[in-house]
Amino acid sequence: MDKKLDLPVTEKPKLSVRDLNFYYGSFQALKNINLDIPENKVTAFIGPSGCGKSTLLRTFNRMFELYPEQRAEGQIMLDGENILTSKEDVSLIRAKVGMVFQKPTPFPMSIYDNIAFGVKLFETLPRIEMDERVEWALKKAALWNEVKDKLNQSGSGLSGGQQQRLCIARGIAIKPEVLLLDEPCSALDPISTGKIEELIHELKSDYTVVIVTHNMQQAARSSDYTAYMYLGDLIEFGPTSDVFMKPKKKDTEDYITGRFG
Amino acid sequence: MNTVTTTAAGPQNSALYAARVGKYARRKRVNAIALTLSLAAMAFGLVWLVWILVETVRLGLGGLTLSLFTEMTPPPQAETGGLANAIFGSVTMVTLATLLGTPIGILAGIYLAEYGQKTWLGSVTRFINDILLAAPSIVIGLFIYSVVVARMKSFSGWAGVLALALIVIPVVIRTTENMLALIPNALREAAYALGTPKWKVIMTVTLKSARAGVLTGILLALARIAGETAPLLFTALSNQFWTSDLASPMASLPVTIFKFAMSPYENWQKLAWAGVFLITIGVLVLNILARTFLRNRH
Repeated sequence: MDKKLDLPVTEKPKLSVRDLNFYYGSFQALKNINLDIPENKVTAFIGPSGCGKSTLLRTFNRMFELYPEQRAEGQIMLDGENILTSKEDVSLIRAKVGMVFQKPTPFPMSIYDNIAFGVKLFETLPRIEMDERVEWALKKAALWNEVKDKLNQSGSGLSGGQQQRLCIARGIAIKPEVLLLDEPCSALDPISTGKIEELIHELKSDYTVVIVTHNMQQAARSSDYTAYMYLGDLIEFGPTSDVFMKPKKKDTEDYITGRFG
Repeated sequence: MNTVTTTAAGPQNSALYAARVGKYARRKRVNAIALTLSLAAMAFGLVWLVWILVETVRLGLGGLTLSLFTEMTPPPQAETGGLANAIFGSVTMVTLATLLGTPIGILAGIYLAEYGQKTWLGSVTRFINDILLAAPSIVIGLFIYSVVVARMKSFSGWAGVLALALIVIPVVIRTTENMLALIPNALREAAYALGTPKWKVIMTVTLKSARAGVLTGILLALARIAGETAPLLFTALSNQFWTSDLASPMASLPVTIFKFAMSPYENWQKLAWAGVFLITIGVLVLNILARTFLRNRH
């Protein structure tokens, strides 16, 4: 586990990926990935469709386990423990590693209950503290002002951008340590996207954020570190400014400049 | 990037325009024909439905008096009489069968959609359920006759309830499974991502999202068994008198209609039509309710 990596990250790693291979049935989607994700930073995964960036993200909270034909081999160390072989209940791991998906997925309940749902799974709070927690999460997700007068209305009545911020609020309400964002803005308009990018920037003081994005500008704008992936390989990883300004690999440069991908 | 060259307007373009207009006119004609055909098909269906309703109302409305709900089924050629015992029997047996069949159906539907989707047991269950769904109701009636009535040596309300429940179960299983399958996986993943245990994901997120559809399935099953005659003929049989004892033979609307409509007695025939009217209205209301639920699914 103490294998030295020739990685550019000098910060304290929150997640360390070692020799990770991932299979969909017999198809290998990730090939020997080694990566350190620094604590309290935003790390972006970029690359063309099918390169494995979402797959990699979904190993961090063992979401792939819902599908029996998918399996991961290797190590993903979260604070020194391999979450792939951990005896800890997967629910408790997911409470530490939250996730927001591409499409907004409000639950069929009120805005308030959407937030309180996850909190109730792990904590028993008196009503007043729960109210405070819901307000805190909604404020953190920059949604409070828009919904404070309609907390009892259905979450699916909100606009797409609001729904996505609701999902982010739901994710941070249970106070995870890591927040995984799987193309969180791909279904949103530019204004909502802007709000979520601001939000990501604020979130990193408390959380380790990992974001998968198709949008290169978004990666350049909102991340501290960037990983470029192609066909299941990690091609290049480093501080975002380096990856974008002076990429070490020709492949990365071609992708970033739009000659490929 | 390639530069796009635009062609200048000329004779070529006007020929293209004429061809386009011609093609569009043809499309409009085809559209008109298709629309007429589908309207005719709809009218064909509606004519029979309206005819059935008109006949039912015309012949049934005459027998619709207060005594219909308060008096027992009369002997032939009596002056008075109603369907109180048959109405009570139908409502009781249909309600109990739904209460019995619905939980089993929903649980089995959850198993098929959420646990056994690709398993061997799931496929077998689904196949058997399809057979049960398509089984003629008279087969189910005879089955209950042989395993319950013949052994207990008595027709009974309970046997009727069992037969009707056997019709409810496959309908509810099928609709529950189908409605749960419509829920996008993204919603399930979102719930799991918060660390929700599987049973809770199903109860609070998936089943809740599908509740309008599941409820519709239950109402449609209810509507179906409300009019079933065959499974009751060999199980609950009928009873000329009031009984709330499910261990004894029990009257029901469909069986009473069957018996009365075939008789030569005018008072029985009139009551049969009144019964037909009641069932038709009941089934109609259930169907409308089911549609409203499906529409207000959010």
